[in-house]
Formats: sequence, structure tokens, C-alpha cells
Amino acid sequence: MTPLLDIRRLTMDFGGLRALEAIDLAVHPAQTVALIGPNGAGKTTLFNCITGIYRATAGDARFQAGEGRCVPLRGLKPNQVTALGICRTFQNIRLFGHMSALENVLIGRHCRTRAGIAGAILRSRRARDEERRAAADSFRLLKKFGLAGHADAPANSLPYGAQRRLEIARAMATEPRLLLLDEPAAGMNPQETRELNRMIVQLREEEGVAILLIEHDMRLVMSLAQHICVVDYGRKIAEGTPGQVRNNPAVIKAYLGEDDNA
Amino acid sequence: MDPKEEIKKSFIAAIWFMFLTFPIMVVRVDTIEHTVTWRWERLIWVGAAFFLLSFIWRRLLDRKLTGPSATDTAPAHAAPRWKHLTADSRLKRPALAAAALFFLAVPLLFSWNKTILVTNALIYVVIALGLNIVVGLAGQLVLGYVAFFAVGAYGYALLNLHYAVGFWSALPIGAALAALFGLLLGFPVLRLRGDYLAIVTLGFGEIIRIVLENWNELSFGPSGIDNIPPPDFFGLILNLRQTHIAIYYLMVVLTLLTILVVSRLQHSRIGRSWEALREDETAAQAMGIDTTRAKLSAFALGACWAGMGGVVFAAKQKFINPGNFTIWESILVLCIVVLGGMGSITGVVLAALVLVILPEALRVFADYRWLVFGAMLVLVMVFRPEGLVRARRRVYAFEPTESDKTEGP
Ligand SMILES: Nc1ncnc2c1ncn2[C@@H]1O[C@H](COP(=O)(O)OP(=O)(O)O)[C@@H](O)[C@H]1O
Ligand SMILES: [Mg+2]
Repeated sequence: MTPLLDIRRLTMDFGGLRALEAIDLAVHPAQTVALIGPNGAGKTTLFNCITGIYRATAGDARFQAGEGRCVPLRGLKPNQVTALGICRTFQNIRLFGHMSALENVLIGRHCRTRAGIAGAILRSRRARDEERRAAADSFRLLKKFGLAGHADAPANSLPYGAQRRLEIARAMATEPRLLLLDEPAAGMNPQETRELNRMIVQLREEEGVAILLIEHDMRLVMSLAQHICVVDYGRKIAEGTPGQVRNNPAVIKAYLGEDDNA
Repeated sequence: MDPKEEIKKSFIAAIWFMFLTFPIMVVRVDTIEHTVTWRWERLIWVGAAFFLLSFIWRRLLDRKLTGPSATDTAPAHAAPRWKHLTADSRLKRPALAAAALFFLAVPLLFSWNKTILVTNALIYVVIALGLNIVVGLAGQLVLGYVAFFAVGAYGYALLNLHYAVGFWSALPIGAALAALFGLLLGFPVLRLRGDYLAIVTLGFGEIIRIVLENWNELSFGPSGIDNIPPPDFFGLILNLRQTHIAIYYLMVVLTLLTILVVSRLQHSRIGRSWEALREDETAAQAMGIDTTRAKLSAFALGACWAGMGGVVFAAKQKFINPGNFTIWESILVLCIVVLGGMGSITGVVLAALVLVILPEALRVFADYRWLVFGAMLVLVMVFRPEGLVRARRRVYAFEPTESDKTEGP
């Protein structure tokens, strides 16, 4: 089976600093892959390269955009990548703070809706119908993530855990085939993390979305991931099933070298 | 902060200020008679005045900082009373009706001159609503906005002069021309943000003015263009006064049109993409918004209102020259948007009326106009950064029962 996302020898330099070195990584349809590694290993940088926020120095990434189209992601703008069906959340929450939770999700619907300037000014029937449908879809998503009660509240007024879930809801509104989650459980208490775990499992079952997950909470990683990729100093140091990775000496060394509770 | 602490801090500030102003306020050296006068009593005035100012400032700041937490603990319905008033939809209709009646009756109630003043204010309402799209919604700090106003005004004046284009055709042409200039400005500044954007657009505004001032063959230079015809109202023959009243009503209609279109845009898919751009450009792009397109559409749709306002302005003034389009006009319009509350249509309308009519009404302050505006802006930024009227988020209505019926378990 061809992978949904196929990253080949991806390298990213920042001036003299090599943040990623020849990374190979594949995510198959409906698969959950975890990307782990100490802070500063280059995980977020990999997300930024995939989503077009950074332009990789070398290497390439290909994405199966449906109908057998295999699209190289190199050189695409972030919004084009999103339109293809890859969407992400941010490690340091980047919601549209002054907009309501519902509007945040509606922004996610933007690339799946069409109404233009004329439709907006004339309030054409099509524009109104589309708007109503988008709002209903968004509301359903909020409900799914336990945010229905916050629909009209400004995003920056939400509790921390709710903001993290809203980020996922907003990303899901773009109808991704691949969802990139950057430390979704960071800052959550154990109960919130369990709740998040349940939501991600449900998401996978209902939408069949593939997930690439960056996470430090090993319980969450071990429970969700079918495949784990470990990076350290921009290099892939191990890869395999959770069982294989757990017992890999290189991984243990990388983690013990940093912090034993990670 | 407790009052004792505040008094102490204000006291220290006052002493400091007395010390700083000592050389200019107290010592007076007469170089001709070689005498030095010491005006100690002044020191006391400086100290007392500064102590008071500093104390009031601290008090207000304190109130502002502790304010929200006090309302957080209170139940939601205990919001300040005036907020209740603005939120109450039963009051909204009568208030709008009263405002509509008032604006319809202006030419009957007031003198001819005052009617012209209100016409002016309405022109500012329209162009400020345009700038509000760019600055308030899309968050692009554009300073040379008056350029689009000039494009509209000169567009009408020149088209009329050379091709005898009438006012009514010039109105949409002026809007389109300004939108085109909006795009022209938009392309090169796509990558700029914040202060850089402000500086470049400031330059753009000045370039347009300087071109108008120096390209004599096109714009007749500083002497401007005279004898611009007023709009033709259904072929009626109107005297000067009637023409002004007709232009007033035209402006009322145009203002209503602007409010309608801008509020529809704001609450649409496009308007949301502008706001996302303002909140976080990177996140907006990552969520699938074509930021290039969003920016250009904001520039074009913001500029077109200034163009339209410019056409009416030219027709009303009969005479325009580059002096009408200086940087101060841009700043005034920006003041209106900031003071009104970025993104709030009601706020912008109110602020435009206040900032245009008040200085005329209070002629005594005419010389200090910019000083008063500056002080007002500083106070607003510190104590009410969301502007006079906070942009209210739209509440989306659903029929949850219905969706529960179709989707529910
Ligand atoms: N825009 C940038 N400019 C320069 N260096 C960067 C930039 N983004 C990331 N880096 C560097 O790349 C390395 C990897 O960072 P990051 O991907 O954020 O790590 P992680 O997400 O694994 O904690 C770090 O050394 C970081 O300082
Ligand atoms: Mg990171």
C-alpha cells in the first residue's frame, strides 16, 4: 500500500544549524504515527516543513491527495497544503483569540466553502445556505469536542484544556486526511488527557483520519500510536512499534540524557 | 494597589517632576540686568498639579486592572447597565428609528451651514467604514488612506473635465478606480506587517499628493480643479442651497448603503477571513486561508469607499486641490477607526460624527484640535483599548433541537 504521506530525506537548515537531517518518514492511511524526542529535536520544525510554513533545504514530501493524485508538497503555500487535506494544531496555541469558538471552527470551513464577495454583499440564496450549513457543521464539531457550551465565547477566554481541543476542532473542520497534532496534551491534567485520548480514538474511528502526533506524554503515545518515530538532534534515531521503541537502547539513552520523567 | 502606596508613588513622581522642571520653572536669569529671580511659588504649583494628575492616573489604571476580575465573579447578567442597554434588542429598533428620523430632519432643523457640516461628517463616516475594513477587520495598518479619497475626487473632476462624465457614472467609476489603486498598493506590500506597512503606505499617500501637486498637465498642480459640477438630481434645476440639501440626502443614502454592505461583508466568509488575518496571519494561512487574496480583497474593498466619498466630496466642494488630501486627513480617519473601536460599525459611525462635528462646534479648541485628539487617543488606548464601542461578536443561531433530531443518538 502506498503511504498517505511519504517524507524522503528531508533536511532543514537554519543558517548554520541543521534542525533536521535526512528524515525519512511514512504515514499510511488511517494510521497513527507518533513523533517523539527531546525538546529541540526538530519535531515542530518537521511539521512546519510539511505544512509549507518553512521551505525544506533538501529532500521531499509527497502526499496522496485522493483520486490517485500524488502531490509533492515542496513549494506549496500553507493554505494549499491545507486544501490538499493536511491540517495541523500548534504547540503554542494559536487560536484567533478575539473570535468566538464557533468562528474559529468556521475559519476551518473556509477552504471547503465557496461564497465570494458578491455572494456576501447580495446575500444570495447559495451563500446563505452555505453559511448556514457551515455554521451547523462547525457547531457539530464543537459538540464532538465538548465545546458546545463555549460556542459564542471568545477563544482566548476559554480554559486551557478547552483551547487545546478547540485547536483540534478547528483543524478537523478543514476535512483533513492527515491530522498533525503538536503536543495536544501539553499542560493538561491527567483527567483532561484521558478525555483527549478518548476524543482522538473516536475521531479516528468516525473519520478514518490518519494522525501524526508529537507528544511527550508516553501513556498517550503508547495508547494511540501504531508506529513510533524517535528523533534527536534532527536525526531519526529509532523507529518501530511501541514495543520495539520502548526497549531500544538508543531511545533510552536519548531520554535519560535529558530528563527521566519525559 | 492600596491608596497609601498610590499616594507615596504619586508623591515621589511629583518630587521628581519638580526637580526636572526646576531650571525652566523656577530660575529666571535676566541676562541684560544680570539678575536671577527665584520663583519658588511655582515649584509648589508644579508639585501639587503633578501629584494630583499622577494620583488620578493611578486610580484609573487601578480601576481598569481590577475591574474585569470583579465582574468575573459576579453573575453574567450583572453586566454594567449601559451594556444592557446596547445589548437589548428591544431598544435597538427604536434607537435606530430615532436616529433615522433625526438624520432625515437635519436640513429642516438646522441651518444650511450646519447641514453641510453633517454632510461632511457623513463623508467621513463612509470613508472611515472603508478604512475600518483594512485596519479594524483585516488588521493591516494603512496610513496613506487619503490617497484613495484623492483618487475618487480627482477621478471625477478629471473625467468630467475631459470626457464630460456625469456624477452618477463617476460614482461607481471612482469606487472602481480607488479599488484598483488599492490593489496597486496591495501587491508590493503583501509581505509587510505592522510598522513597516504603516510607513510604506504613508509614503504611498504622500506620493499621490506630491504627484497631484507637480504633474501640472494632469492635475493642474497646486491650483487644483475648479467648477466641478454638482450631481444632477432627476434633471431638476436647483439653487445652491437646494443642491446642498440634495447632496446631504444623497450622503444619507450612501451612508446607509455603506453600512449595509460593510456589515454584510463583515459577517460573511470573506469578513471572517479578514479577521483571522488580523488575529494571526500564520495560523490563518495554516487553516487554509489564502492570505494574499484576503489582503488584496481587504485593500480593494476598503479603498473603494474612499473613492466613492471622494467623488461626492469633489461634487460638493466644486473645487479641489492637493491641499485637501494631506496626511492629516489620513490621520483623522485613522483616529475615527481607532476611537470608534476597531471593527465596530456603530463605534466608527459615532466616532466619525464626534470627531468631525465636535471641533467645529467647539471653535475655541480649533487650534488645539490635534492636541485634544492625541490626548483622547492616548486615554482610549490606555483605558479602553477596544474603543468606545466594543465590536460585538456575532451570535450564530441554530436550531439545536432540529439537529439533535437528525444527528442525535
Ligand atoms: N525559525 C527558526 N529559526 C532558527 N532556528 C529555529 C527555527 N525554528 C526552530 N529552530 C531551531 O530548530 C531546532 C528544533 O526546534 P523545534 O523543531 O521547535 O524542536 P521540538 O519541536 O522538537 O522541541 C531548535 O534548535 C530550534 O532552536
Ligand atoms: Mg515543538
